[in-house]
Amino acid sequence: MNWIRLELPALPENVALVRLAVAALAAQLDFTLPEIEEIRVATSEAFSNAVLHAYPEAAPEQAGASGQTGPGSPGATVTVEARLDGDTLEVSVADRGVGIADVALARTPAYTTLPDRMGLGFAFMESFMDEVDVRTAPGSGTRVVMRKRCAERPEASSDSGVAGSAGGGEAGAGGRG
Amino acid sequence: MEISSEKTGRTLVVRVAGELDLDTAREFRARIDADLDRFGSRDLVLDFGMVSFVDSSGLGAILGRYRRVTEKGGTVVLCRPVDHVRRLLDQAGVSRVIRIHQTLEQAIRGLGQKDAALGGDTR
Repeated sequence: MNWIRLELPALPENVALVRLAVAALAAQLDFTLPEIEEIRVATSEAFSNAVLHAYPEAAPEQAGASGQTGPGSPGATVTVEARLDGDTLEVSVADRGVGIADVALARTPAYTTLPDRMGLGFAFMESFMDEVDVRTAPGSGTRVVMRKRCAERPEASSDSGVAGSAGGGEAGAGGRG
Repeated sequence: MEISSEKTGRTLVVRVAGELDLDTAREFRARIDADLDRFGSRDLVLDFGMVSFVDSSGLGAILGRYRRVTEKGGTVVLCRPVDHVRRLLDQAGVSRVIRIHQTLEQAIRGLGQKDAALGGDTR
C-alpha cells in the first residue's frame, strides 16, 4: 500500500500540482490512460471547490473583486491524501473552511454560487469516480473522499496463467518506482 | 499555459497550449477578451490541438467566451481537441452549443459557411 499526503495553501496555482501528484500515484495501479484522465479531472474539481468555496475571505474571485484580502491567508490550507488500497485508489480533499450548508443542493448538477462557472464539479467527480462521499459541517470544513477501483484486465503480454494479485508483476516491491 | 492569437478578417484565431483549469482560466479569459476588444473581432476560433487538460473551470471559461461573442452576433468554434478533452466537452454539453471541428481549416471554413448561408448561398 502506497500513499501521499500534501498540505498546501488554498491557491489556484496548486491545482495542477495536486492532480499531477494524485495521477502519478494512481498510475502505480493498472488504470487505463482514459481512467487516469478521469482521476485528474475529479481531483482537480475537488481541490478547485476547496479553493473557491472553503475560505471566502481568501478566495481568488472575491479577493479579485474587493482587492482587500490577498490569496493564501494563513490557515487557508487544503489537505490532499491519496492512497492505494489493493486495487482501489482513494483520494481525500479536506479543508477547514466554512463548510457546505446544503450538500444535496451543492451536488445538484449545474448548481453554482459563482458567476462564469458551470456547477459541474460534483457531477464530474461522481461521473468519473466510483464513490464520492462528502462530509461537512458549517464552520468546521469539508472533506470529500473519492474512490475508484481499477478493473482487472486480462494481460495480453507474455505472462501466462492467472495474472496474480495486485502488487505482483511489474509493481514489484523492490523497484525504485 | 500558452496562448497565441491571430486576427484574420473579423475572426480571432486563438491557439491554446497546456492545461485549462481554475488557475489558467483567468489568463485564458483575460487574454481572449482583451484580444476580442483590441481587434474588434466578431467570430472566435479556439484551436485546442495542444490542450492536454480541461476541467469544469476551463469549460466555464470557454462558455463565458461563447456568451460574450454570441451576444454580439458572432460565432465560436473549437477545433482539434484530444480525445479526453473531446469527451468532456460532449459530456458537459458544450459541443451542443459550440461546433467542434477536426482541423483548423474546417473550423475557419465552418464560420465561412455560416456567412455564406446568411448571404443567401445555402450550399
